[in-house]
Amino acid sequence: MIDSPAPRRGVPIWIQIIVWAFLVGLLAIVGVGLNRAQQGTVQPGHSIDEFTLPLFSGYEMDGQTEVRIADLRGKVVVINFWASWCKPCEQEAAELQAAWEEYEPTGEVIFLGVDYVDTEPEARVYLKKFGISFPNGPDLATRISQYFRIAGVPETYFVDKDGVLQYVRVGPFTSIDQIREQIDPLLK
Amino acid sequence: MSSARKQVDKETSKQVMRALSLSQGNSRSVQFASILLAILWLTVSLFVQPVSAQGTTPTDDEVNKIAKQLYCPVCESTPLDVCPTEACRQWRDVIRTMLSEGRSEAEIKQHFVEQYGVRVLNEPPNRLVSYLVPGIAILLGAFMLLRGFQSWKKATVPGHTSIKEERAAKSPGEKYSDIQAREMKPAQDQYIARIEEELRKRNESSH
Repeated sequence: MIDSPAPRRGVPIWIQIIVWAFLVGLLAIVGVGLNRAQQGTVQPGHSIDEFTLPLFSGYEMDGQTEVRIADLRGKVVVINFWASWCKPCEQEAAELQAAWEEYEPTGEVIFLGVDYVDTEPEARVYLKKFGISFPNGPDLATRISQYFRIAGVPETYFVDKDGVLQYVRVGPFTSIDQIREQIDPLLK
Repeated sequence: MSSARKQVDKETSKQVMRALSLSQGNSRSVQFASILLAILWLTVSLFVQPVSAQGTTPTDDEVNKIAKQLYCPVCESTPLDVCPTEACRQWRDVIRTMLSEGRSEAEIKQHFVEQYGVRVLNEPPNRLVSYLVPGIAILLGAFMLLRGFQSWKKATVPGHTSIKEERAAKSPGEKYSDIQAREMKPAQDQYIARIEEELRKRNESSH
């Protein structure tokens, strides 16, 4: 007489399913993270819908303590991300201020400084050191930088009068002409 | 005149004595008040001492105790207490300043969350959703996989019935493994019978 082999007992199916589900979930999270990292910054053509920037006292815009991007439709908006600990930001600070002084009287261009992951006392020292006078404020809870998916500072975003992003500058400007080249076509 | 003078002298001496006794009483009151004030000052200074200690400069250990629970978004994966960048140095200074102002650890962490977002914390805030969402996601994934396995087991070709389903249909309530075992048994018996027959023939021929 031949004995039939005993049935093999493996890992219960529900444990297998949970382990697989966990692995799939983990892979999904890694995948989403990698995809997000490779996406880079918000690209030109993207509509800049909504964000609110609280402003430092002394750097308000028309007496308002915060500015909503939606309220700036009809104007060219230059959004500059910077920080007091950022050495490359210092290279472009004077050019940005000079450009602001040039375009401010037209009333068609607004410069906004977004202070990224910084402390207010150091930020104020920086603003005073470079004589910056355009509206500036902190990126509270890094909401704005996350919205633009910035990779670092300095980064500058040029938004046209319809609220559409037209150009992204990663790294510092080395001359005021580089800033003019981006703003002038948007004014036409 | 002399008697009158004597009378005046008596009155004067009485007034002087009264004044002296009053001044003695006053000096005792002053002494008593001084002692009371000293006791009061000592008592108050005992309670005031810890408050004035909060105003002193916090040690590096006190700063790092909080700093190691925070991560600067600029330097991902590097705790604030060991991060060498300028941004992190500024953050540590903020912690030091807030500690010297008498702010608690929870208040300082809350300040950083408000300023830089919840991602600065080394572990998510103790919210139900932080633990509920991964659990739900795993359960949902498990359910989807289970459905997937079930659909794979079924016939993939439309209109096709698998052998297993066919046999199961013939013998409802019986396990597929039992059906297999039952069907295998006659075949095994035939095989054994054949071997025995051949052995018997070989024995006969050898004799």
